[in-house]
Amino acid sequence: MSSYKLDYLDQLESESIHIMREVAGQFEKPALLFSGGKDSITLVQLALKAFRPGKIPFPLVHIDTGHNFPEAIAYRDKIVEELGVKLIVRYVEDTIKSRGLKEPVGKFASRNALQAYTLLDTIEEFGFDACIGGARRDEEKARAKERIFSVRDEFGAWDPKLQRPELWNLYNGKIHKGENVRVFPISNWVELDVWNYIKREGVELPSIYFAHDREVLVHGEHLVAVSPFIRVDEGDEIVTKRVRYRTVGDMTCTAAVESTASSIDDIVSEINITMISERGETRIDDQVSEAAMEDRKKNGYF
Amino acid sequence: MHMDLLRFITAGSVDDGKSTLIGRLLYDTGSIKVDQLAAIQKQSKNKGEGEIDLALFTDGLRAEREQGITIDVAYKYFNTDKRKFIIADAPGHIQYTRNMVTGASNSDLIIILVDARLGVIEQTRRHSIIASLLQIPHVVVAINKMDMVSYSADVFANILIEYNKIAEQLGLKDIKFIPISALKGDNIVQPSTNMPWYEGETLIDILENVDVIHDINLTHARFPVQYVIRPQSDDLHDYRGYAGKIISGTYKKGEKVVVLPECIPSTIKAVEVNGVEVDEAFAPQSAVIRLTDNIDINRGNVLAKPETMPKTEQEIQAMLCWMDSRPLVPGNKYLLQLHSKRVRCVVREIHHKLDVNTLEKQTGITEAGLNDIVLVSLKTASPVVFDGYKELRANGGAILIDETAHSTVAGCMLQ
Repeated sequence: MSSYKLDYLDQLESESIHIMREVAGQFEKPALLFSGGKDSITLVQLALKAFRPGKIPFPLVHIDTGHNFPEAIAYRDKIVEELGVKLIVRYVEDTIKSRGLKEPVGKFASRNALQAYTLLDTIEEFGFDACIGGARRDEEKARAKERIFSVRDEFGAWDPKLQRPELWNLYNGKIHKGENVRVFPISNWVELDVWNYIKREGVELPSIYFAHDREVLVHGEHLVAVSPFIRVDEGDEIVTKRVRYRTVGDMTCTAAVESTASSIDDIVSEINITMISERGETRIDDQVSEAAMEDRKKNGYF
Repeated sequence: MHMDLLRFITAGSVDDGKSTLIGRLLYDTGSIKVDQLAAIQKQSKNKGEGEIDLALFTDGLRAEREQGITIDVAYKYFNTDKRKFIIADAPGHIQYTRNMVTGASNSDLIIILVDARLGVIEQTRRHSIIASLLQIPHVVVAINKMDMVSYSADVFANILIEYNKIAEQLGLKDIKFIPISALKGDNIVQPSTNMPWYEGETLIDILENVDVIHDINLTHARFPVQYVIRPQSDDLHDYRGYAGKIISGTYKKGEKVVVLPECIPSTIKAVEVNGVEVDEAFAPQSAVIRLTDNIDINRGNVLAKPETMPKTEQEIQAMLCWMDSRPLVPGNKYLLQLHSKRVRCVVREIHHKLDVNTLEKQTGITEAGLNDIVLVSLKTASPVVFDGYKELRANGGAILIDETAHSTVAGCMLQ
C-alpha cells in the first residue's frame, strides 16, 4: 500500500465498482442481466465487491432462450443459492407463444434475436429502469461505440447518432418514464482482462469452459455441439472432440474450440497466443453480415 | 510484472492518417486477429483498394462505412507487456469539437497528428487548444506521412519550431515530437531505417514509458459518497459505510475528515477496499469509509481533509463546451452534475466565446451553439464542492443536464 500504485486489473476493477455503485445510487429499480457466461459472472463478482458487507441491491435477470447449455443453468442455480441473491427468469418460449412470434428456421435456428422481445417485456413487467450487462467494447465494432450508460427508448432501441456524451467519469442516468438505461461496467475490459481477473480472483466457472469430450458437428471452421436444438442433416460430419467453450451463449449459435486446457492457467495461456478473435471463433450469428450487431442493437438487443 | 493502464486520445482527421495510425498500432502490436484481418482484406477488396487498408480497423458503424466518416468516439484496446492501452478515437473535423472534448476528458495523453506536407494548420491549433483546455498532461506531436516528404529532417525541424510557438502560447507542458509514417510503419513500433537522423523513441516506447503515476494527485483528498451501505442484518446492525471512489488523495484510519458541504468534522473509523479493512486507501481506488460519528451523510456529500479543503460555492465560473443542438441562452436552467452531486443551476451570463482556432475571445455573445466553447457564470441552488479544473482536474469537471430532455448538454471546466 505504501507505493500508491495500482495495476491495470485493480484500475479496471475500481472503475467497474464505481459504475455499479452509480447504478445503485441513480436508479430506483436496476437489474443485472445474467447469462451464466464468464462476462456476467465477472459482473456478479464486481457487484459483490461493490456492496460488501451489504448484499447486491438488485436482482439477477436471466432471459432464457431454452437453448442453453445445461451446465450453464446448473451453475446459475448454484451461485444464486450460494450468494442468496434474487433471480428472475423469463422465457423466450413464453414470449413466442404469447406474442405469436415466428421462430427462426434452419440448421442453426437461433432464438438469439428473439431475446430482445422477452427482455423488453421483462423490463416492462418489473419496471426496471437500468439493466446492467456484460458487453465489452472489444467484442465487436458496434460495441466499440457504445456508451457505459446507454439510453434506450421504450422500444429498447439504440440510436448511435444520439448518444449522450460521456465525460470524465460522470454518468448521466436521467431518463423519462418508459425509457431504460443499459449499463456496461466492463466496457473497457478486453477478453484477456476478464480471464486474468477470473484467475486472480479464483472465480468458479461453469464446467463447459474447461476441456471436455463432446460430440460436435463440423460446420466450416466452427464446431457446433450436437443438441436437440440444431438440425443434423445427412452427410454432416459428426465427431467427438476434446473441446472447451470460449464464450457461453445458446447451443445453436456458440461454437466450441478444440482445446486440452483443463485449468484457468491453461486457458489464459491459450487466449494469450490465440490467433483468432473471440467472436470470430465462437459466434456463428455474427458472420451473417458486417452490421449484424449494429442491427440487433437498434432493435433492443443488449 | 506490474502492468498499468494508459488512456490516450488521437486527434486528427481521416486525411492526416489517424485511422491508419490506430490500425498500425493495433496491427504492429499483434492485437488484430487473423479473422479480423481477413474481414478487412475482404472489405479492402470490395472497395477496390489493393493493399490492406489499416484504417478500416477503426470503422465502426455501417452508416460510417457507407459515408466514409466517423460520427462518434470509438474506443479501441491493445496491450504490450508493460501496459494496457485504451484509445479514444475521436473525429477531428470542426463540427466534432464535442466528441473530441469527450474523448479528451479521460485521457492521460494526446497524440496530435500533423501532416508533414501541410505542417501546422488551423486544425493543429484547434486540437492543441482543446488539449490545453482539458488539461491533458502529456502531448505527443506525431508528424505523419514523412514518407511523402522524403523523410526530410528539415521538414520535421521546421514543424517543430512552428509548433513550439503554439505550445508556448498555450502553456502546454511535456511535449514530445516524433516523425512517423503510419502507412509504412516508421517509428510506430519499429524504429525507422529511413530516418537515421531521428534518435528519439518510437511511438510505442513513448506510450509505454510516459509517467502517469505522478499525474494522480495524492495530496488533496476528495471522496464523493456514491452510496450508503447499511446491511441492517443482525450481525451488522449498526454498520454504516460510505461507498465511493477516491478521486484524489489518500484516506487512513484515524485521520480527521470534514463532511462537505455541511462542514461537519469527524474521524475515520475504518477504510475498506473490496470488503476488506485496510490501513489506507488511495486514488483511484473504490473504497468504503466509515466514520466514528453518526452523521447524516448521503449520496452527494464529499469527505475531505481539514488541511486541504476544496471550494464550496454557489457562484461559479466555468469554461464550457456546448454539446446540444439547441442553443445555450443566459437565464436557462440546467442540472449540474459533479461526481455524485446533482444540483439545479442557472446560467447567468456568457462572458465570452473562445475561438478554438485562434484563441481569440469574442465578447458580446448572446447565445452559445453546438461545439462552442464559452466562459459562463453559473449560480447553483445549493453549494457545490469542487476544485478549479486547472488545480485539480479530477474534481473540476462537471456536466450540465437538460432538465426536461435529460440529455447531457455541456461539459464544464469549473474555475
